[in-house]
Amino acid sequence: MSDDTTAAHAPGANAQGWPLFEVFVRAKRGLSHVHAGSVHAPDATMALRNARDLYTRRQEGVSLWVVRSDDITASSPTERDSFFDPAADKVYRHPTFYDVPEDVEYL
Amino acid sequence: MYGNDFGEPLNAAETEDYTSAVQEYFDGLIADDQRIEPRDAMPEGYRSTLIRQIAQHAHSEIIGMQPEGNWITRAPSLRRKAILMAKVQDEAGHGLYLYSAAETLGVDRAELLDKLHNGRQKYSSIFNYPTLTWADVGAIGWLVDGAAIMNQVPLCRCSYGPYARAMIRVCKEESFHQRQGFEILWTLARGTDEQRAMAQDAADRWWWPALMMFGPPDSGEAATQGHTAQNMAWGIKRFSNDDLRQKFVDMTVPQADKLGLTLPDPDLRWNEERGHYDIGPIDWDEFWRVLKGDGPCNSQRVEHRRAAHEDGAWVREAAAAYAAKHAAGEVRGAVA
Repeated sequence: MSDDTTAAHAPGANAQGWPLFEVFVRAKRGLSHVHAGSVHAPDATMALRNARDLYTRRQEGVSLWVVRSDDITASSPTERDSFFDPAADKVYRHPTFYDVPEDVEYL
Repeated sequence: MYGNDFGEPLNAAETEDYTSAVQEYFDGLIADDQRIEPRDAMPEGYRSTLIRQIAQHAHSEIIGMQPEGNWITRAPSLRRKAILMAKVQDEAGHGLYLYSAAETLGVDRAELLDKLHNGRQKYSSIFNYPTLTWADVGAIGWLVDGAAIMNQVPLCRCSYGPYARAMIRVCKEESFHQRQGFEILWTLARGTDEQRAMAQDAADRWWWPALMMFGPPDSGEAATQGHTAQNMAWGIKRFSNDDLRQKFVDMTVPQADKLGLTLPDPDLRWNEERGHYDIGPIDWDEFWRVLKGDGPCNSQRVEHRRAAHEDGAWVREAAAAYAAKHAAGEVRGAVA
């Protein structure tokens, strides 16, 4: 494939038209799934199998999720400031904001 | 390793949005030793350098399957065969982690594979040497994977997040590779005279190519040439080639002593003043010759890779056809 044909398929799809899937692994019961990487696959079932072979060769997981990359909506790094700013001036959401006497227990 | 971009321009450096403010933002992250993530705007040079380096690294992993895969059918025991298969499978996995990381920069892995197949992108010159005996499998694990770890550990702190995360996984897995290689040589070194000679012969042939894996000199006067200074400024590279090579030599010489093997360098000796081992001159003509295609196995490696890819075409087509047939029945959103 030459450089000028890469736009011929959907974003994230490879040359066979296989879409990209993001892989999330639950390391053990009690923990959340965590993003581990990505795989290409023709469908979700194959993506699960590919993800198992690639990301859990050493029993790194007890559960796997695969999600089509183009189904993910992400916040934009360029809007980072305006997007997260509303939380910046609300220090009263943290327990350390409050002045209380030192000799009060369990507070 | 996040997958490809989620819809917006891959690199704002290519758009009019890329202003000095964005450059300032990038420089600030680098100065702060923060990680750059896929959707951050980045200078074109940073992006293209990373694509080249990660692709070359990925190619090295999958080409590296060949010299060792060569011995799977002839491994001396079932134990060794199972280990070797796991190791070669790991190399494939490392290649895939790295292709995933490269794809976050807006390239397609099929495009990278094409560039490997037509010689426009390189892989590590070490894999152009043949594996002549079983001891070579040991020497690859001990010396080649040992050198690779030395190179890769600092990359776990590379400024580009997906590359750094891929390298953390790779480094965890490499330590088994190095230890199994040492164990093969340790076993041979305590075996018959013939087995000891085989281990020594492998060390003799792999020592210099392993030292060349760190790349040409880039400290002192040589620091002004090549990419080292820029890559260090970008936080892609953390140590010079020469520093890493020195660390590798200092680590490996005592291991060779333990194995009872000699390293093929008459100038190799401890330098009390420097607190390091001195080594003799490296044959950089050989390095450039092998890198440019004139090594013992260059054409064989690429030819085999290309054939494997083409022979696998029907599997990819069948998988796509099966997926298309069953697309209607696919259950999405079933979270367990």
